[in-house]
Amino acid sequence: MSSFLDEGKRPGILGWILSTDHKRIGILYLASMLFLFFIAVAIGVLMRIEQLTLNPPLFAPQVYNAFFTVHGVIMIFMFVLPGLPAVFGNFFMPIMIGARDVAFPRLNLMSWYFFIAGAAIVISSLFTGNGPPDTGWTFYAPFSLKSSTNVSLGVLGAFVLGFSSILTGLNFITTIHRLRAPGMTWHRMPLFIWSLYGTAWIQLLATPIIGITLLLIIAERLFGIGVFDPAKGGDPLLYQHLFWIYSHPAVYIMILPAMGAITEIIPTFAHKTIFGYKAIAYSSIAIAFFGSLVWGHHMFTSGMSETANLVFSLLTFIVAVPSAIKVFNWTATLYKGSVEVRPPMLYALTFIFLFSVGGLTGLMQGALAVNVQLHDTYFIVGHFHYVMFGGAGMGFLAAVLYWFPKMFGKMFNERIAALAWVPIFIGFNMLYFSMLVLGYMGMPRRYFTHLPQYHYGHTVASIGSFILASGLILFFANLLVALFKGRKAEQNPWGGVTLEWQIPTPPPTENFSEIPEIKGRPYVFNPEAPR
Amino acid sequence: MKNPSAVSVHKDYEGSKLGMWLFLFTEIILFGGLFILYSAYRSRYPIEFHDGGQHLNVVIGVANTVILLTSSLTVAIAITALRKGNRRLSIFCLSATIVLGIAFLMDKYVEWSGEIHHGIYPNSPELALRPQGDQIFFGLYYSMTGLHGLHVLAGILLLSLILVFVIREKVTGTDFNRLENAGLYWHLVDVIWIFLLPLFYLAA
Amino acid sequence: MEQTEAHGHVIPYRVLARVWVLLILLTAVLVAASRLYHETLSVPAMLIITPVKAGLVFFYFMHLKYEKTYLKALVFMTLGLLVLIIGLLFFDVLNR
Repeated sequence: MSSFLDEGKRPGILGWILSTDHKRIGILYLASMLFLFFIAVAIGVLMRIEQLTLNPPLFAPQVYNAFFTVHGVIMIFMFVLPGLPAVFGNFFMPIMIGARDVAFPRLNLMSWYFFIAGAAIVISSLFTGNGPPDTGWTFYAPFSLKSSTNVSLGVLGAFVLGFSSILTGLNFITTIHRLRAPGMTWHRMPLFIWSLYGTAWIQLLATPIIGITLLLIIAERLFGIGVFDPAKGGDPLLYQHLFWIYSHPAVYIMILPAMGAITEIIPTFAHKTIFGYKAIAYSSIAIAFFGSLVWGHHMFTSGMSETANLVFSLLTFIVAVPSAIKVFNWTATLYKGSVEVRPPMLYALTFIFLFSVGGLTGLMQGALAVNVQLHDTYFIVGHFHYVMFGGAGMGFLAAVLYWFPKMFGKMFNERIAALAWVPIFIGFNMLYFSMLVLGYMGMPRRYFTHLPQYHYGHTVASIGSFILASGLILFFANLLVALFKGRKAEQNPWGGVTLEWQIPTPPPTENFSEIPEIKGRPYVFNPEAPR
Repeated sequence: MKNPSAVSVHKDYEGSKLGMWLFLFTEIILFGGLFILYSAYRSRYPIEFHDGGQHLNVVIGVANTVILLTSSLTVAIAITALRKGNRRLSIFCLSATIVLGIAFLMDKYVEWSGEIHHGIYPNSPELALRPQGDQIFFGLYYSMTGLHGLHVLAGILLLSLILVFVIREKVTGTDFNRLENAGLYWHLVDVIWIFLLPLFYLAA
Repeated sequence: MEQTEAHGHVIPYRVLARVWVLLILLTAVLVAASRLYHETLSVPAMLIITPVKAGLVFFYFMHLKYEKTYLKALVFMTLGLLVLIIGLLFFDVLNR
């Protein structure tokens, strides 16, 4: 039986980069994203080395500014944002709803081309003119209007990357609305699909705002339009508003699909149906909606009115509720389940813990009095790495392990996958918990150096980063070896019950020989079935 | 949109239409960002924004409105005509839409030339002497009408492509969704202008 | 593939023509209000007439009136989101 991995419509590499098969496109995203991810990890490690080599610092301040800017731009726009939707959404969403492909396969390929083009433009900004942007990934006006570095190029790259996100969202919404298999009502969809649906709406509606904001930066730099320039009557705070109106919902693009993947993994390895299907489904939509209304919490100390501060603080507290609901539901699913902690489950459980730390620290920051002290400190940096990396990142790792056998037909070494967890977990917490403490002590972010009292914390963090990086290398090396030398994977190694486990491993090009008819709810486990 | 590479052969008209509407949502939000800025700045500079329109050419603004409204009519007629089997009327109206679109852009060129001739353009020394509210008003004017103009151009190109398809009978009375989708895009361009007119041209 | 059966509704020429006439008239009223009546009428005129014009284009020219409910809901959701965002923004803008 031939799978989608066998000879494509065209031979060799052309059969991949010209393919409109959602499964091949998912793998194209995976390969390109991981490549960019490791570049950004390397930059992160360099940043940690800078803090370690205090006197004299290894890199000039300007270089450090470029480091944190590029690290942020790559990680956010090229790894975490495309994240699970681009890889696992593309690969599995059609299969999980019983479809043969997405609604617009050629548009799907074009989305990947936009991704590559945007990444290339950003990378090019590193090597031309006055060097990479040094404004931080947030490109705040007025500095971004004045900086002599390649801001326009960097911003243009981000703009192009935005198209990839928008078109993916458009494709997914249409697919979920139109291509569900007969009998698959909305309430019979797997919860990963619900999370992708909520995410797709944010991708569609929020991204154009950053699009126009970035265009305005270019317009100001090239033509002197003036809308953010105080000298011309512009208001830099309005830049921040526009920027965060997108960039806050963006973090929900990052986390919702990861939550969705965890929601797939936990029932499978607890051999028990998910607790509170509707609660999880609707909370995904609630997060998408309320998450669009809280952006001001990034701006509490920037000069917004007191009224706005209060309103945004209240909304921020509200948006924590649907997230917490999910954590309760996952925990309740585990209760009295037959829990098997194989590698995907190990990372999924870790997600719950690390995401909770991140979420709680976020809630702390939502309180105005606390925020005044912690804004622009390492506390914020620690917080968002807990949610983006400990949350979305760990979700990505869990999803990779869970779905790798299905995607590639090979089984990875579970022992090494579990072993890699040790340096990842230890290194992660050394690195980012230290940041929470450092921030609390007053260490500012985006500084190339620090006062002596912070040095101990920075040292712990930097050592943690080396340990973490080694863990990540081990993790992916294990998968790379499995890709070529792993033993053949069975059709359903984990005992999953959603549609992707009912088709051959790896899937055939057309996914299903016959489109299935769905007769009931997902996540029904038969405790007597062999694993 | 067709997906010949997908294994399932059926074309999903409703899905294609949904996809187009979703794309239009992104355009609404894209311009929405500029409308957000306009609303914030109008509340900050109420007098300059109110008076700003006096410097602009109302005649061209209104003429362009009539042009775009009429072009929306013609493209809608083109769709009805094609579906009723009247290819010639459809081709005529589609062409008329394109011509009206070009007329809009030509008007825009004349209008902008006029403003530039008066020294009012982004970063001009003339503009720098005016109050800040004026500078922001004109900054937004050029951004918003400029972005809109780019969309008019894109619409003209899109409609021209569809016109070729209609002439070559690749888009027909029974397979018309691409014409409808192009029409939807054009109508949105019209709707955006409907909002731009009072915001910039119709002050006291 | 036949597309006319389920999507049979074709907007009649006369409906399109009437909508166009209405749009032109409303534009004339809008311009008149702004030029003749100064402050008092021009802003309300703008705030009422403009969305009505846009609504006519959406509902008739863009066929939204004849579309399924969910599509109408999505359009209003999108516009509603924009209004909500502007509203939240004004908590800041108005109070500084």
